[in-house]
Amino acid sequence: MDHLDVLESRTIYVLREAFNKIDKLAMLWSLGKDSNVMLWCARKAFFGHVPFPLATIDTGKKFPEMYAFRDRYIKEWNLDVVIAGCPPVEEMDPSLPPAARSAARKTAGLKAIVAREGYTGLIAGIRRDEEGTRAKERVFSPRGEQNTWNFRDQPPEFWDQFNTDFAPGTHLRVHPLLHWTELDIWRYTKRENIPLVDLYFAKNGKRYRSLGDKDITFPVDSDADTVDKIIEELMHTKIAERSGRAMDHEAEDSFERLRAEGYL
Amino acid sequence: MSKVAEPSIQSVPPLKIVIVGHVDHGKSTLVGRLFYDTGTLPDGRVEAVRAMCEKRGMPFEWAFLLDALQAERDQGITIDISQIFFRTAHRNYVLIDAPGHREFVKNMVTGAAQADAAVLVVDAREGMQEQTRRHAYLLHLLGIHQIVVAMNKMDAVDYKEARFQEVGTQVRDYLAGLGIDLLHTQMIPVVARDGDNIVNASSKMPWYDGPTLENALDELQPPVTSLELPLRFPVQDVYKFDDRRIIAGRIESGFLRKGDTLLFSPSNKKARVASIEAWHAREPIIATRAGQSIGVTLDEQIFVERGEIVSLASNPPMLTNVFRGRIFWLGREPLVPGARYKMKLCTGEYQIEVEKIERVIDVQEMESNEINHVERNAIAEVVFRSRRQIAVDPFEHNMFTGRFVIVENYDIVGGGLINMDGYADQRQLGIKSTNIFKVEHRVPLEERWKANGHRGGILWMTGLSGAGKSTLAFSLEQHLFRRGYLVYVLDGDNVRHGLCSDLGFSPEDRVENIRRVGHAATLFARAGFLVLTAFISPYRDDRDRVRAIAPDVFHEIHIDADLPTCETRDPKGLYKKARKGEIQDFTGVSAPYEPPAAPEMRIDTAKYSIEECLAHLDEYVATNFAITMR
Repeated sequence: MDHLDVLESRTIYVLREAFNKIDKLAMLWSLGKDSNVMLWCARKAFFGHVPFPLATIDTGKKFPEMYAFRDRYIKEWNLDVVIAGCPPVEEMDPSLPPAARSAARKTAGLKAIVAREGYTGLIAGIRRDEEGTRAKERVFSPRGEQNTWNFRDQPPEFWDQFNTDFAPGTHLRVHPLLHWTELDIWRYTKRENIPLVDLYFAKNGKRYRSLGDKDITFPVDSDADTVDKIIEELMHTKIAERSGRAMDHEAEDSFERLRAEGYL
Repeated sequence: MSKVAEPSIQSVPPLKIVIVGHVDHGKSTLVGRLFYDTGTLPDGRVEAVRAMCEKRGMPFEWAFLLDALQAERDQGITIDISQIFFRTAHRNYVLIDAPGHREFVKNMVTGAAQADAAVLVVDAREGMQEQTRRHAYLLHLLGIHQIVVAMNKMDAVDYKEARFQEVGTQVRDYLAGLGIDLLHTQMIPVVARDGDNIVNASSKMPWYDGPTLENALDELQPPVTSLELPLRFPVQDVYKFDDRRIIAGRIESGFLRKGDTLLFSPSNKKARVASIEAWHAREPIIATRAGQSIGVTLDEQIFVERGEIVSLASNPPMLTNVFRGRIFWLGREPLVPGARYKMKLCTGEYQIEVEKIERVIDVQEMESNEINHVERNAIAEVVFRSRRQIAVDPFEHNMFTGRFVIVENYDIVGGGLINMDGYADQRQLGIKSTNIFKVEHRVPLEERWKANGHRGGILWMTGLSGAGKSTLAFSLEQHLFRRGYLVYVLDGDNVRHGLCSDLGFSPEDRVENIRRVGHAATLFARAGFLVLTAFISPYRDDRDRVRAIAPDVFHEIHIDADLPTCETRDPKGLYKKARKGEIQDFTGVSAPYEPPAAPEMRIDTAKYSIEECLAHLDEYVATNFAITMR
């Protein structure tokens, strides 16, 4: 088995564990490159089916290309998608820096959909190489009643024995892509020919490496307009993937605070 | 090290390295520096760390690259593992930075359990400390044998070779004591903070001519594949999609091919692979191998469920409901005998009970202590028992099916490796003889009893060698015979001269020995005899199986004497031989004895004389077997 086979097999294993162990399960589909790989692996895990709903947290401020992508593949792939709205920014914690405050709307939207649908588990496509606090995540990560992440006391997790027994009121975040890197995502996307939102490909010397809301996500300088060129670019770049995501950088711990409160 | 071709670097899974060692010996600093020196860090990361340090009014701290949590930076400690990707010209790596504090052992184990190799960081000033030892022991326990020792803070000992050698000997002695092959253990003097011997060779230690840390990592071997091992395919789930019933799971070892006849354990069911299913496969699949998450359909609709382990019939896992685990305990409450937990082994879940704590290992002194509880973060050997049979392999045969975790309430509280030394495979191989019908006797059992004046039955005496089974059985036989009983002793030595002369003393042979004796005793009992048996019969399950043949007439008598007493008696000189290693698998010395949980009677021969014991037995027989003549 080559590296991509190993990554895919483990992701499938994690998805099957989540499906077997969690009663009310949903997968977060952000329409980005990682989410699409995750969804692809789910279709492999369940032999062409996706046996749980997909939840899309809609801030109303995504790029038009993303909405078009969503609507197209809901039909083509016969997906069961729940779209969750977000409260206005005025209702967010005013002590957060501006971009983080804007990003916090997503957390609030997420909490609302979890409460409304009664999900006990959410599958999310975060990766360890994206950001320092994500590097410390577990595959099955318990969240408290307020969706909070207790990073000070995480359950042990080894030999792919995930902690799936939790006290009432807890829900689980399941992370089947933790062990992938950005480069892996692109190589796999190429190998499997997985469709993508066009914004990842360079136009006029700029492209998006990471997609979020249009007011707080910025493109990077790049001429990579094909998957092959993106892979080539990533092998040499020293620019961090999330450098275009404003809320990561406003204060030393702004992203950590977002995550502790339930942000992905 | 020559540069390896880029496509082959990218197609090989990264080597996973865990960084372990005592608190403040410099693990996070070492990782931060390794990142920086290999050019792995994205732009701006070092500047960001510099800003964090300036804000706190402290010198530059490499560890901040990894200690991503505010609390970690504020307290200067690593709370939880980070996994970070990095590469050299040779290959890709995942570095797992583990915490050194004692209270975070669960996080350290979480990191180490998934590693292929380890870097053990030791402070050159302090030498081996408690967590250095504990971490080294845990590495050994988890089966990690490739260890690079980075002796850090060489600047604090004036870069002296003598100190490097001195601490090096400490480390080597400890690792050698664990049985780790030192031939492949590199020891490197480094100053992580300044980058000496991390990627660049140090000019401050001209006496050292070995590899840098980066070179040493590149020399490590990739993990061995489990393709050579027998097929083990734990069932993860059964799906019903599009009229197909798909058995899904990941193959942990070996190969599985279309057309193979699969054996499911513990249910012992069999079926053939009709198809290997896949979505979006490039071509039809006829064979799969270790590591792959697959799905198969079967030619028969047998009922199988999550947790069963699939193998080929020619090489199945063992079945047992008793096993020994070498465990590391992470629970807040100590583990004690009698406690019940949930065990997870691969995808299976079982209720288990702690039968016995055999020893608790002191990682400092490497001694084992005879204490009856296992505290948090301790390592111990424990015997567990479950009601249901479990399919297992000893860890040394197959790491995937030979390890388990323990769950209490909502938490994983420990992990362990299975050791089956002295325990038998309980798989029932099935009945070979066919067309056999039970014949009804024309003499009813009750008539035989009436004629004899007593009921028939089995007094099954079990106990250690030297406990007094034969002595008591033959004395009781003589006594009862004189009182008119139809009574006969089946004795271990006698049976092994004839009925069981083809059997040795391996766990499997012992199981078969007891099975035959059980059936012979039952035939005697059905003939109206009172049968006295004198067999060590060390396994509880074997005795339970004999009871199951004839539960109405089976009486289990525990002839009990402590091991020292039995050894002192040693009527046949067997203990002496066993202690010298001349006899393998000797019960009580090199093989387990499982005392009855609820015997009908217990006779303590260490405390009471033979006459007193006989009187007890006589009374028991009178109460349970005598029929008063009218």
